[in-house]
Amino acid sequence: MLDLVWLVPALPLAGFLILVVLGRRMGEPGAGWLATAMCGGAFVASAIVMAGLIGEQGENRRHLLTLFEWMKVGGFRVEVGFLADPLSITMALFITGIGTLIHLYSISYMHGDPKFSKFFIYMNLFVFSMLMLVLGSNMLVTFLGWEGVGACSYLLIAFWFSKDANASAGKKAFVTNRIGDWGFMCAMFLTFATVGSLDYSVVLEQAPLIAPATATAIALLLFLGACGKSAQLPLFVWLPDAMAGPTPVSALIHAATMVTAGVYLMTRVSPILTQSYDWAPSIIAWVGVITALFAATIALAQTDIKKVLAYSTVSQLGFMFLAIGSGAYVAAIFHMITHAFFKALLFLGAGSVIHGMHDEQDMRRMGNLKKYMPITAATFIVGWLAIAGVPPFAGFWSKDEILLSAYEKNPALWFVGLVTALLTAFYMSRQVFMVFFGEERWRDADHPDAPEPHESPWKMTLPLVVLAGLATMAGILNLPFGNRTHFLERWLEPVVGESEHTVTAAASAQIGLAALAVAGSLVGIAVAYRIYYQRKMEPVEPAIMAQGWKYDTSIAAFMGGPGREAFEATATFDGTVIDGAVNGVATLVRGSGVHLRKVQNGFVRTYALGVAVGVVALLAYFLSRVTF
Amino acid sequence: MLPTLLAELSAQNVVTTPLTQAVVLPFLGAIVVSLIPRGRAELHRVVALLFAVGTGALTLSLLAGFDRQDSGFQFQVNRVWISDFGISWHLGIDGISLFLVVLSGFLFPLAMVAVAPSHDPKPYYAWLLVLQGGCIGVFCALDLFVFFVMFEIVLVPMYFLILGWGYADRVYAALKFFIFTMFGSALMLVGIVALTFLNRDGVVEANQARVATIQSEMATVQASQGLSGPDTPVDPAIAASLAAGEARIERLLNPKLNFDLVTIAESQTVTDTSTGASPFDWGAARWIFLAFALAFAVKVPLFPLHTWLPDAHTQAPTAGSVILAGVMLKLGTYGFVRFGLYLLPEPSVFFAPALVTLGVIGIIYGAVVATMQKDLKRLVAYSSVAHLGFIILGIFALTTVSIEGGVVQMFNHGISTGALFLLVGMIYERRHTRDISSLKGLQKSAPILAAVFTLVMLSSIGLPGLNGFVGEFLVLVGSFLTRRWFTVVAAAGVVLAALYLLWAFQRVFHGEPDEENADMADMNWREGLVMAPLLVLIVFLGVYPKPMLDRIEPAVARLVSHVENHSDYTEPAVATTGVGVDAPGEDGG
Repeated sequence: MLDLVWLVPALPLAGFLILVVLGRRMGEPGAGWLATAMCGGAFVASAIVMAGLIGEQGENRRHLLTLFEWMKVGGFRVEVGFLADPLSITMALFITGIGTLIHLYSISYMHGDPKFSKFFIYMNLFVFSMLMLVLGSNMLVTFLGWEGVGACSYLLIAFWFSKDANASAGKKAFVTNRIGDWGFMCAMFLTFATVGSLDYSVVLEQAPLIAPATATAIALLLFLGACGKSAQLPLFVWLPDAMAGPTPVSALIHAATMVTAGVYLMTRVSPILTQSYDWAPSIIAWVGVITALFAATIALAQTDIKKVLAYSTVSQLGFMFLAIGSGAYVAAIFHMITHAFFKALLFLGAGSVIHGMHDEQDMRRMGNLKKYMPITAATFIVGWLAIAGVPPFAGFWSKDEILLSAYEKNPALWFVGLVTALLTAFYMSRQVFMVFFGEERWRDADHPDAPEPHESPWKMTLPLVVLAGLATMAGILNLPFGNRTHFLERWLEPVVGESEHTVTAAASAQIGLAALAVAGSLVGIAVAYRIYYQRKMEPVEPAIMAQGWKYDTSIAAFMGGPGREAFEATATFDGTVIDGAVNGVATLVRGSGVHLRKVQNGFVRTYALGVAVGVVALLAYFLSRVTF
Repeated sequence: MLPTLLAELSAQNVVTTPLTQAVVLPFLGAIVVSLIPRGRAELHRVVALLFAVGTGALTLSLLAGFDRQDSGFQFQVNRVWISDFGISWHLGIDGISLFLVVLSGFLFPLAMVAVAPSHDPKPYYAWLLVLQGGCIGVFCALDLFVFFVMFEIVLVPMYFLILGWGYADRVYAALKFFIFTMFGSALMLVGIVALTFLNRDGVVEANQARVATIQSEMATVQASQGLSGPDTPVDPAIAASLAAGEARIERLLNPKLNFDLVTIAESQTVTDTSTGASPFDWGAARWIFLAFALAFAVKVPLFPLHTWLPDAHTQAPTAGSVILAGVMLKLGTYGFVRFGLYLLPEPSVFFAPALVTLGVIGIIYGAVVATMQKDLKRLVAYSSVAHLGFIILGIFALTTVSIEGGVVQMFNHGISTGALFLLVGMIYERRHTRDISSLKGLQKSAPILAAVFTLVMLSSIGLPGLNGFVGEFLVLVGSFLTRRWFTVVAAAGVVLAALYLLWAFQRVFHGEPDEENADMADMNWREGLVMAPLLVLIVFLGVYPKPMLDRIEPAVARLVSHVENHSDYTEPAVATTGVGVDAPGEDGG
């Protein structure tokens, strides 16, 4: 049963290959259905492998399957193999599960697009890459998937390449990710130089023996990679732009694939993180929580329905890194799962709104959509409550765990996290009130004939309903009522058990912290209610926040200004100095030729003079040798 | 005269050996093509293709017959050529040269099929065949003289290809290419001659002991006969044996010159043990290495000797660019392996830091300059400077993994960059411009071309799962063991590679096509057929490079131990699990 793990990535790969060959012939909707079926098949395969793992106990709850030798030179040896353990299968399960729903949704969403089948080619490749990333039995196979999702995101974000903005966004995603990949690569070099292998089984087993300085370097280099993939400061800039792709792609990137990769990687190598100096996890926690706060402040001033969600993803990922830095790996994975559910729900809901509003993304032109799109509205509201941290929806449980661990690590971390949670509740409420409540604003002076919004077809609403159910219930995975209800924690115990931080706070303190978190969420919702629903207060949306603290524009200005000038200067240097030197030598040779030519003037007397001078010189030389 | 020559050659069993055939067949093809009357344009093409394909098939048969366990030279042929100078027709390939021979074998026919010349097909194909023979000859040569001849031969056809079928600035580019490379190889000739003479001296010195033995033996014989010095013995048998001894001494003290690469490399008579930092303390070996290195550095090209490359690439016809990037640049890197590490191991180790530095500068510098190019071909040319920098880093990081990565990268760069030049050529044929700013939105008018371009581009960027990654990663992970900080900087070149290629791709293929670009024709069947084998290799060698790695490894391992035996370099042991898990040793540079 466990040997079937190869099927998990193989099915989307098969879908990709079949569609490359036959995609055009299959056309719409056949290509979409095939891709969906392959992704669904991968989900079933993951479930089967999971069942197999459940059947095993303790140490046996992991399974290595080696397919073939990839590279072997001297002492360097890497195989293409899969590691099925609770962590990787959990990842595979929700990647394929949510992936299938997004595929299904896309059949409808991409209806009529001339490149319908190509879209599904990329989608299946994307899921395949992500599965290689999580299932790989060594760092290099993970890196294969890691770069693969980067390339797929490039292809999908730039899918509608006719618009320059989309093409730029795709390129930006790839290049920014590559900066992180540089860290990942260097981490692999150092790991190999230290341990002599890239296999997780070896590396993680040897982790306690690695010198702390080396372990710190490896951990932070990997974290740089994670910052790229999981959109943390300073490398988050690609993610808000990534919504240039079709909305299902945003859902896939933000929920199921890609951004979760960094969180997965850090969890996977948790023993190395444990072996590092103490300040290394602290850096991760602080980067996470500052990113969370930073992105939340930006989200509350956005007017594009997808941009709000994009920044909220950056912010929520910050929470996950806060958890990792605090040693709460289970909480990080827990939040990743619940976030995957509600963020997929929110993005697909936003897509449904955009679809129903005939490609309108500006929230200022929406309002009262609950009347026209009841299913979308209801499911979106579930997603909103989940992300805002209102019990009993899923987000509450996972965020609560993170804040608890952060508190034990450092109360300052907890406080920043709490403020961020409040802001999260606020900006999400703002979005819900602007989009689904209030007055209808789609007809204005500029758009007098805007058509009425409509609900989306079942292939789009069905995934919404399923995800809404999951976003409501997913808290069950890891309830904080005693050890027995910590299902996820016990499940992941073989993987992260030794690195996991143990909560020491008393039950009463835990309840107090949870109450504070709930109160924070409610305050956020209440304020938003007064501003955007009752309209009793003026909205506070500073321009600097709407512009993302000018972070992105500053980088762009730098790259477009001094950065580009430096590149240009190098190119000019090459053309004038280096090549100039070459041509200068050539000119010199030619020039001296021109002058020397005058010597050869055809007069015998000149030559005779030359010969005479030469003879005298030679004689003088030999005489000097002889006499002295 | 020709029949007698042929008869003699066949008597010596030269013609029947596969390597000789692979080298000679293209030259023969060139002769045949030039004998066909001018009017039969189509015939030139067919005949040239037949010869090129035949050569390709021969090289593939070498691949099939190659013994992957054997680390030495295979398919050797060694016949005296010019006996007075010790020059012999010595050919042979090992894992390092095998794939370069194969690359030369199949890239030429592809380039011939891909583009037909606009005029004068006869000289065009003849020159291409000469070029093919020369390239294969360089990779097979195990005799310094043969190597030098082949190394020089390739210049001529490339010069004429650029000059005859190139673009606007072809005269300047062709001349620059020729003078630049001639300048490099002139010193190499001096190096070769110096090396052979010094080797002879070395041999004489090494023979002194044997001479002494013989002399003492002779003295014993003479003493037993009661003779002294110059007296002639009465017994004719003893007189004969004494004369034989004299002759042997004579031969030992006056050996013939020898141009044989393997003999010189294995005997290591010319080496350098000076430890002083000042160049005035250096022995001849290091100077000879520098003479070789200059020739190779121009060919690679290494910063700052690279400026002929963008001009030559841009002005050369498509086939010329493909061959130039695909095969000819490897003459330099291959030269560094065979005539650097193998022939002169001690100087190679001595100069390794300098060459690694130049390689890493090339990686970053080439990428930065590539980013700002306005001409597609120039951009690809500068990307070659960056990619070849990786190869140099790998070779002179001196670990088995990194050198093997370098050898793999030589082949993979040939495929990826060859494919890129073919694609740029296709765009040029349709749009008559390579100017990035006048191209736009081509993905809409030519989706298949764009898709193929995307795959090739991703391979060139080094995406795992495609061929480009394998060599690049092996180079880096191997180099990290000896040159840690250089490797960290070099890895940043990977970021830049994504930048310049994606940006160019965006400007050329993305966006809304304007009027001129809107109805550009997509790839046709012929072009698809040319690209197909390259695409298959790009994917196959990325997913399953094992067959290639297995064949290269024995030769590389042997080379590294050769370097270790003849210098003070020791390859750092790969950390084995559980042992030595500590901060690795300090950077060698």
